[in-house]
Amino acid sequence: MIRYIRRAAALCLVLLVALLVNAARVMVFEADAYDENPANRRIAITRWGEPRGEITVDGHPVTGSRDSGQQLRYERTYTQGPLYAPVTGYASQTYGTTLLESAEDSLLSGTDPMLAPLPLWNDVSRGRQPGGDVVTTIRARMQEAAYRGLDGRRGAVAAIEPASGRILALVSSPSYEPGVLSGTGPAVAESWKRLNTSPDQPMLNRAIRQTYPPGSTFKIVTAAAALDAGVVTDVDAPTDTPDPFVLPGTRQVLPNEATGCADASLAYAIQWSCNTVMAGLGVKVGLTDMVTAVEKFGFDDTGLRIPSWVAKSNFDTDMSDDQLALSSIGQFDTAATPLQMAMVAAAVANNGEIAYPHLVDRTTTAGGTTVDTTGRRSYRQAMRPSTANQLQNLMVRAVEEGTGTNAAIPGARVGGKTGTAQHGLGNTGTPYAWFIAWAQATDSAQPAVAVAVVVEDAEASRTDISGGGNAAPIARAVMEEGLRLEAEGRGR
Amino acid sequence: MTAPPPTNTKDARDAPPPGLRIPKRRGVELSLLVCAVLICVYGYAEVGLARSGAVPPDAARYGAGLGLLALLAHLAVRWRAPYADPLLLPIAVLLNGLGLVLIYRLDLETPGDRAAPTQLVWSTLGVGLFIVVVLLLRDHRLLQRYAYLSVATALGLMILPIFFPAVNGAKIWIRVGGLSFQPGEFAKILLAVFFAAYLAANRNALAYTGRTVWRLQFPTGRVLGPIVAIWLLSVGVLVLERDLGTSLLFFGLFVIMLYVATGRTGWIAVGLVLAAAGAFLVGSLEPHVHSRVQDWLDPFASIRAGDGPGQLAQSLFAFAAGGMLGAGLGLGHSVLIGFAAKSDFILATAGEELGLVGLTALFLLYALLVARGYRAGLALRDPFGRLLAIGLASILALQVFVIAGGVMGLIPLTGMAMPFLAQGGSSVVTNWIIVALLVRVSDSARTPRPDMADGGVIAPITEDER
Repeated sequence: MIRYIRRAAALCLVLLVALLVNAARVMVFEADAYDENPANRRIAITRWGEPRGEITVDGHPVTGSRDSGQQLRYERTYTQGPLYAPVTGYASQTYGTTLLESAEDSLLSGTDPMLAPLPLWNDVSRGRQPGGDVVTTIRARMQEAAYRGLDGRRGAVAAIEPASGRILALVSSPSYEPGVLSGTGPAVAESWKRLNTSPDQPMLNRAIRQTYPPGSTFKIVTAAAALDAGVVTDVDAPTDTPDPFVLPGTRQVLPNEATGCADASLAYAIQWSCNTVMAGLGVKVGLTDMVTAVEKFGFDDTGLRIPSWVAKSNFDTDMSDDQLALSSIGQFDTAATPLQMAMVAAAVANNGEIAYPHLVDRTTTAGGTTVDTTGRRSYRQAMRPSTANQLQNLMVRAVEEGTGTNAAIPGARVGGKTGTAQHGLGNTGTPYAWFIAWAQATDSAQPAVAVAVVVEDAEASRTDISGGGNAAPIARAVMEEGLRLEAEGRGR
Repeated sequence: MTAPPPTNTKDARDAPPPGLRIPKRRGVELSLLVCAVLICVYGYAEVGLARSGAVPPDAARYGAGLGLLALLAHLAVRWRAPYADPLLLPIAVLLNGLGLVLIYRLDLETPGDRAAPTQLVWSTLGVGLFIVVVLLLRDHRLLQRYAYLSVATALGLMILPIFFPAVNGAKIWIRVGGLSFQPGEFAKILLAVFFAAYLAANRNALAYTGRTVWRLQFPTGRVLGPIVAIWLLSVGVLVLERDLGTSLLFFGLFVIMLYVATGRTGWIAVGLVLAAAGAFLVGSLEPHVHSRVQDWLDPFASIRAGDGPGQLAQSLFAFAAGGMLGAGLGLGHSVLIGFAAKSDFILATAGEELGLVGLTALFLLYALLVARGYRAGLALRDPFGRLLAIGLASILALQVFVIAGGVMGLIPLTGMAMPFLAQGGSSVVTNWIIVALLVRVSDSARTPRPDMADGGVIAPITEDER
């Protein structure tokens, strides 16, 4: 009998080994697949089980967390949702995260290994830290000025500190309340549907994710290309361009809104926005050099991150001369995000160099210890410093006694360029009003702010649309706040 | 074992040689019990700390209660079964205490359903019965006399639930005013007693008589008939009641005991063929079982169908979430399993919160308990005691395998309770009785002078006593 008892015991041992092997299979070898199964609620429960870290503006959080008492416990709240939505994005338990909430998600939700005092051990123990905070570069008063200026009209504002690349304001209008997407349930689904089907596209971030034909503001880029390539050596010399200008290889005539553009100088063309002169210069520079020049400004760059990704601003690389002429005045396929055009203004203001634009100043742990700081990085040298210097003077002239007088600020040196971009099939759409500018206090060593404003105002009548009329006042308001803040920063 | 020196007196006959005293190991048992209680109290405190940042206010009371029960059981063993295996009781206390901690922990997630206090009452009752069995049953061979009474009671108990309404698809409960219990749980002990007694009495006839068909030797129907009839009856009743786990348990128990008694491998083959046929038949015809087999084959079918994860999928998620070290007591989300998280699926909580390390420790505790039962069976000399010990230990082994394999996707799920761990009064009480019987049997096995002269027959040493 003993022999059979031993064999029965061996059977029990086999059963035990089967259990242990199976346990190891489920809990170790196949665990990752089970963990990542979308039907497994654990990731969501853990993720929302703690309050998220905050996104701060000027030292104050613009986000919050609310204990919902539900299985997914903490829901995101926003103190000034529509104002900061183009910066924060939303953090929804149903629809995921966007913009900073997405780009800094691991930090905000506390999974970033950098938050842990002992990252390696944290990896093993799968521990979780309280969510860290994201300190933005946004200045509240500039953001508010831009938002007020747009006043619910469709459009966007991007403002940068030229020397550092810090993004000071990023506004898209009309905006939305991201808090309505925070939780779960039918109300959230209803909000999502409403926001997505709205003809105003409130969730579209027009400042970094939408490209517009830049119109005449692009002439700054063309001018920089012409000066750098040596096509123009004296900004006040005649450029030998006829008015009207026949597009090369076609019979199509390019008109001017301004007068006195025939054979005008580059200075005059910038000041009064002559289409013919700039189109001619673009053709003279040639496709290769134009493409090289625009890429130095950031066009055709798909890799720009602030840290949210920025839509590619487009300048075609394969065009005939007539297309190149149109592209050189910001038409044809040329398209730019407001942020890109703010970078153009910043390049001029910062002696030709573009600092990498960024929205996050630093990230900290929940306790306030700095985890990571976004240092100043150079993005590109867009033009020679001497070219930038010449363009500064031309832009200042455009504001002082040209198309951009609405942007003038007493006690500051302001340079600007208007744009009224026609678009649509046969240019039937309501034009976009553009304005790009920079401002430097007279007693300051460097410019305080570079800004780009675009207004797509469907309500206004076509003829009333102009960069100088619609967009320049908004830019001025933003720059005034920027100058004031900079002066405060300098202790004045 | 060395042969005893030949003497005439009864007392000296089985006494160990001078200078060799078999240690009783009661001190070891006591210190292990203290460890077991401390581990449970630590777990209880940790749940409180993890959930609310404070040790539960009644942690001391819980510890004192568990400690008192353990102490009383220990004293009973010390008094009436001094040579009992010192591991059995501490393992049972540890498993029962951990079960209480896990149920208390799950209670925190389900405010509407508090099961821990009830479980504590049943555990107390279980320990009480343990003490009663240890105190009153002086010799396990006494049970041999009640073999037929046992089997009659067992069948009666199993048939009884047919007259009560089904709960969650299975007619295995009896409800009498608020209280409910599963008679099938008690029936398994009684059935093991009957099998042990019948096989012990008839094992030679089963092993050596009968006619040979081809190369298989079949015993005479007169010997085999009654036991097969009883076995088929009990399995049939259980299938009627849709208590699949228990019918599987009885099947396995019968085959193992028959094999140990007769040593005929052919029986195992026949048993396996029968089991496979029965399982296939039930699995394809019975919708309740069929769905479980489907679930086992593809736990994620309901997710793909858009109905969300089923119970087994949730259980697998819980185990996977535990990983190597576990989330920590109180920090998992096994409550997502929903229905039966405290009973059938309680192992998932152990897996998620204690990890593979903790689960392995748990399995090893069960393995140790089973091994100690087998050990007692090996050391005993009477066939009935042997078969009883093997039967009881096999019940534990099979039950752990069937339920753990079920919730971890190794075999199709059958509703059964993890011994000592799961919520369920009848189950806890039954398991305490099983441990009490094992304590009794192991005491007999290790006592230096078994009082054989009092009543029993010394089992003849047959050829296979090697």
